[in-house]
Amino acid sequence: MKDPELLYLVGGVVGVLLIATLVTKFLIRKSGETAVLVNLRQRVNAWWWMMVVFCSSLALGRTGVFGFYALLSFLALREFITLSPTPRGDHRTLTWVFFLILPLHFLFAAAPWWGMFLIWIPVYSFVFIPIRSALAGDTDRFLERTARIQWGVLTCIYFLSYLPMLLYLPIPGYEGQNAKLLFFVVLVTQISDVMQYVFGKLFGKTKVAPKVSPSKTREGLLYGGAAATLIGTSLWWATPFTPAVAAGMSALLVAAGFFGGLVMSAVKRSLGAKDWGRGIPGHGGVLDRLDSLLFAGPLFFHVVAYYFGTNMHEVYKQPQWMHDAMRLWMGS
Amino acid sequence: MTGVVLAFLVRLATGVRLLGDVPEDGKRRIYFANHSSHLDFVVIWAALPGRQRQWTRPVAAAEYWEKTPLRRWLASHIFKAVLIPRDLARMRSEDPLGKMLEALDAGADLIVFPEGTRSDTGEVGPFKPGLHHLATKRPETLLIPVFLENLSRILPKGEALPLPLMGQADFGEPLPGPLEGESKGAFLERARGSVMHLSHGHLIPATPDEGS
Repeated sequence: MKDPELLYLVGGVVGVLLIATLVTKFLIRKSGETAVLVNLRQRVNAWWWMMVVFCSSLALGRTGVFGFYALLSFLALREFITLSPTPRGDHRTLTWVFFLILPLHFLFAAAPWWGMFLIWIPVYSFVFIPIRSALAGDTDRFLERTARIQWGVLTCIYFLSYLPMLLYLPIPGYEGQNAKLLFFVVLVTQISDVMQYVFGKLFGKTKVAPKVSPSKTREGLLYGGAAATLIGTSLWWATPFTPAVAAGMSALLVAAGFFGGLVMSAVKRSLGAKDWGRGIPGHGGVLDRLDSLLFAGPLFFHVVAYYFGTNMHEVYKQPQWMHDAMRLWMGS
Repeated sequence: MTGVVLAFLVRLATGVRLLGDVPEDGKRRIYFANHSSHLDFVVIWAALPGRQRQWTRPVAAAEYWEKTPLRRWLASHIFKAVLIPRDLARMRSEDPLGKMLEALDAGADLIVFPEGTRSDTGEVGPFKPGLHHLATKRPETLLIPVFLENLSRILPKGEALPLPLMGQADFGEPLPGPLEGESKGAFLERARGSVMHLSHGHLIPATPDEGS
């Protein structure tokens, strides 16, 4: 964390959380411990913890960041599979998913071995998963079971891992500063969630999809999304973008965050649950907090890579140390 | 100390929460639960507050827990299990119910699985009569139903590696002992019902998401 701009970002978040804590205290003193306010206090407290953990992972460097997202991915997948009714026949498949596919993916990502990072999940794992389940011999609802596991692996492992991968995105003139880009994505997406929630509570009238998510309103999306885009634009100095591009990228994050949350909410309800888990007091499960980042991460990554014309040819090469290790092992 | 750490690790791995409130009323308790996994009694044991855990003893199959030195050590030193033979010949010579009553009289709480064996289907099977016997012989004992959710998915019968999914242990209100004129079968069915009653979809929805 030698980058002063990163410290400004952290300082800004601490400031906002301090204000949120004080406002919550004031509201509770004024109107007593109503259910909404107690939940608000829980949420703010949880935000402090999440902020501390997130920033600590950044301070620990690449290992810290990739370790942190591997753990988040593990917890998210755990919540996802817990709520999905997977029968006995999936046990061995899931053992491979949790203990081999997931850690290997984050190893490839951290290396970074770009080619494997890109295809380990959608090609190798997605071929392996149905094979292992078929070998288990249970044909009952086979396609649904396979699709379920693949969807969990795709969102909770693959999509999520694009966030730490932002550290490696080669951007001319922005070398060594990518941690701020990760901070920017998480900050804008999460602020957008908070703003949509706040503006939805204040002005919300028209529900976007009442069956899927009763808390998502058109007013919340418009005003909250606009506020988050403004905040994102005002942070252009910490990004490789001009203010106008920062505005566009923020709007992209707002939209992707909104739809990520909406889709994951639909998945959650199709599984008959209200929350993904109970890991974070006031928020629900880890996935309840991460849902908006699932689509935002990969979309943002590839749009930025395209915008800066990142040379994907370079990107497909195996890292040198892994290349050497392989040769040593093969004995040539 | 090993016990405290182990209980913490079990809760961490299975997502089962520590029970906040077991009143210290000096009454003996029998926790009875559905049985679907080797994890079952460990999870109930780990969910109990530390003090209760010291005098709570699971009733477990002797054949399984006497097999290896590690299991023997765990059973005798950590869980202080009351080991009951499944083998008929041994059953006759060792009087399993007598052992359980003895443990209760010595001030222990018990964890029992009245189905007798792990269910493979996720259903709660019929209860064996042992619980009725304990409840009639020691009527002052509190009978606490416990429903264990998802543990059969974490570690199903016949699997060696557990999945890191989240489970749950729901503790119910004490079940009234055998009533006047209630047959053994009716009591056992009522006990089974009290366990199943706790299963009303907390963690896993009752019906899968077909068609929605």
